[in-house]
Amino acid sequence: MAIDFNVMAGGEAGQGVQSVGMILAKAMAHGGLCVFADQDYENRVRGGHNFFRVRASDREVLALSEKLDILVALNKETIDLHQNELKSNGVIIFDQEQAKVEARGENYFNVPFVKLAEETVKNKLMTNTVAVGAAMGLAGYDFNILASVLGKEFARHGENIAEDNVAAARAGFDFAHEHSANQFRQKIRPLRGSSRRMLLHGNEALALGAMVGGCKFIAGYPMTPATSILEYIADKGRQYNAVAVHVEDEIAAINMAVGAAYAGVRAMVATSGGGFCLMVEGLALAGITETPMVVVLAQRPGPATGMPTRTEQGELWFALHAGHGEFPRAILAPATAEETFHAIIKALNLAEKYQTPVIVLTDHYLATSYATVQRFDLKQVKIDRGELMSNEEANRTTEYERHLVTDSGISPRALPGQGKALVVTDSDEHNEAGHLIEDAETRNQQNLKRLRKQNGLRTEIGSPKFQESPNSELTLIGWGSTYGAIREAANLLQEEKVPVNVLHITEIWPFPAEAVSSALNKGTKSIVIESNATAQMANLIRRETGYRVNGTILKSDGRPFSPQEIVDRVKKEVT
Amino acid sequence: MVTVKDYTESVPIAWCPGCGNFAILQALRKALVDLGKEPHQVLFVSGIGQAPKLPHYTHGNVFNGLHGRTLPVATGAKIANNELVVIGIDGDGGAYGEGIGHLLAAMRRNVNVTYMVHNNQVYGLTKGQASPTSDLGFVTRTTPLGAGQPVNPLSLALASEVSFLARGFVGDIEHLCRLLRMGIDYRGFSLIDILQPCVSFNRRNTYQWDRERVYKLEDEGYDPSDKTGAFAKAQEWGERIPIGLIYRKERPVYEEQLPALKEEPLVKQRIDLSQFEALLDEFM
Repeated sequence: MAIDFNVMAGGEAGQGVQSVGMILAKAMAHGGLCVFADQDYENRVRGGHNFFRVRASDREVLALSEKLDILVALNKETIDLHQNELKSNGVIIFDQEQAKVEARGENYFNVPFVKLAEETVKNKLMTNTVAVGAAMGLAGYDFNILASVLGKEFARHGENIAEDNVAAARAGFDFAHEHSANQFRQKIRPLRGSSRRMLLHGNEALALGAMVGGCKFIAGYPMTPATSILEYIADKGRQYNAVAVHVEDEIAAINMAVGAAYAGVRAMVATSGGGFCLMVEGLALAGITETPMVVVLAQRPGPATGMPTRTEQGELWFALHAGHGEFPRAILAPATAEETFHAIIKALNLAEKYQTPVIVLTDHYLATSYATVQRFDLKQVKIDRGELMSNEEANRTTEYERHLVTDSGISPRALPGQGKALVVTDSDEHNEAGHLIEDAETRNQQNLKRLRKQNGLRTEIGSPKFQESPNSELTLIGWGSTYGAIREAANLLQEEKVPVNVLHITEIWPFPAEAVSSALNKGTKSIVIESNATAQMANLIRRETGYRVNGTILKSDGRPFSPQEIVDRVKKEVT
Repeated sequence: MVTVKDYTESVPIAWCPGCGNFAILQALRKALVDLGKEPHQVLFVSGIGQAPKLPHYTHGNVFNGLHGRTLPVATGAKIANNELVVIGIDGDGGAYGEGIGHLLAAMRRNVNVTYMVHNNQVYGLTKGQASPTSDLGFVTRTTPLGAGQPVNPLSLALASEVSFLARGFVGDIEHLCRLLRMGIDYRGFSLIDILQPCVSFNRRNTYQWDRERVYKLEDEGYDPSDKTGAFAKAQEWGERIPIGLIYRKERPVYEEQLPALKEEPLVKQRIDLSQFEALLDEFM
């Protein structure tokens, strides 16, 4: 039987909801299952309501499902808020003493988390581990896999702690086996023989990709949801020779990264909308000085502080137009954690090849949701540093011109200190040698030279994903992180005899106008699905192709789309 | 052997005749020659204003960036290639106004960069408005009621744990050159504030005004390692104005603490992709 198992852990901030969810996700990923997981938390350190959802399946899963098999409730509020999301044979696992709530029906399964933790390992701190064990016991999962994940997870706290956690999980696991009613027991079997996958969230994929892609420098100021990128590189950079500077503000971040890139290392910044606002002048600086620059813009709802721990796709037009004056840029908006890994490497390559800014547009949902992916093949990774001079060339060139006018617009690049070539550049308009000028002719030559690079960039942009469904007249259009929900919705619609095509744009600028036009001309009706209120992609399509999207499914409440929500709204649109 | 001629550039100079910037340019060229630095080993980073045009009038690598953002660029470049001699050049507007947050951070961080601030107490490029260091009551078109309380860059620097602090005066090129040499040679962040009268827009703090007031600290047996004494000298402004080395202290240098730079400059490091397999393992 096909496996499609959905579990949620909920509680207040500080209760360890995230670690319960992560151990469940890891245990299932280690068993070869495909996993998708996301977290919902408030902008606070203690209290409030947090939850972590995990879906595991024997086939690829791209989004959450709304109906739960198991709800692990660490407090009463979790039960109150989520009991309606249970399947008819779903179970709420809770501790009557801890949550101070009585069982209200047969879907309630009281597991004395606290008492079991105290009895087994004499440690109340392992209450959550008992809960994890109970959930896995009820799922009929392989305890050895769970034990191995716990062992690895707690290894850094010492052998005793790791062993106690395994014992605590065992207590919960056995309790579930012995005391649960038969009809609630499931058989979530590990997939034998399938190769183990990586489990990571979008920011981890991005930060890992940045390291692999040769990024040696990142400067940043913590801002949700981008912070974990800076933290990852700060941590791993110590061993893998990259530098992360926690700077005074985002203005410093981009200027510092520009300085590092000018001096010759791959450099990037990662921030959210508010931080990007502060970086915009520096973005234009990279544009006119032709300095390679990668900006990760992890969107969250705005304007201003907006909703820091929620998601939105409200900054497409901001990314398109950020910066004063006109200069070439590329914008990539990966759809999944796996694509994010490849997108940041491509961004680092394009930035150096075209000596201009490249923006990787993600959002809170993509940044923080976990997915299993096939292990990345490092042999497939290509580093292209563009027209970088060799040390010999740089040493030979005494009258070096950093901004030499060429047909492609790309000038051969020497680095300061690389040889005798002196590298001169200016935020003022400048001549080929890099010295500031004011005459009209030189201005035109330089400005148009820079803009010619957009032609080359256009050839680098990949076509959107397009899944055609036979007999479908309707095309759903999406971009970025909504891909998983839209794809799953398309499958559900197919089951309900509403076939749809899916057009999903992940490399946004220079806009792949021809590919988008030809895909859209295949259906007679189209609906754009975006996590914003003003249909920014639909407007961009209109501007770049003249095609007018027929309908919109928009959402700007800070929550990600679920597949079922898209299904319901599509059906409403078509009837 | 490197000579002053190696630092001479033929680009026409856009400064006013009589501007103190000429003297600073002369002192800087000589300091670099004295230290035996060749132009390709040096990176000049500057912002916007009259002073930040200086790098165009000498030879070297040049990044002439945004107003007030000189220090972040200089810091990034120094971390990327710590073999470069990195010199930041700004006026009082860029250093003590638009970019003051970066200055405070740079002093705390202590990257090995020398920052020269041409302090003429007025905005030149935008034609005569008050600057953060204009004297109290200085009347300009943007401050018809008189400028407010000026910032004291020296006190501010000392309070921000600056590790090398000096003040020079364009009326004494030899002395300024010596301070620049010391600053460039110093391992860590050095701030050199340079009194530089503006002949076009500042009729108050003129060459003569400065000359009547400045005195050299080294002539008075001053101890630049004494922070309390340094604070006292930083407060001195009016009848007498001290120039020379105000304060110096050895502190850990930011980039020298970075494990990534232990072997060789970041920019020279080659990337071996296979090393990252271990990072992938962590997600398995």
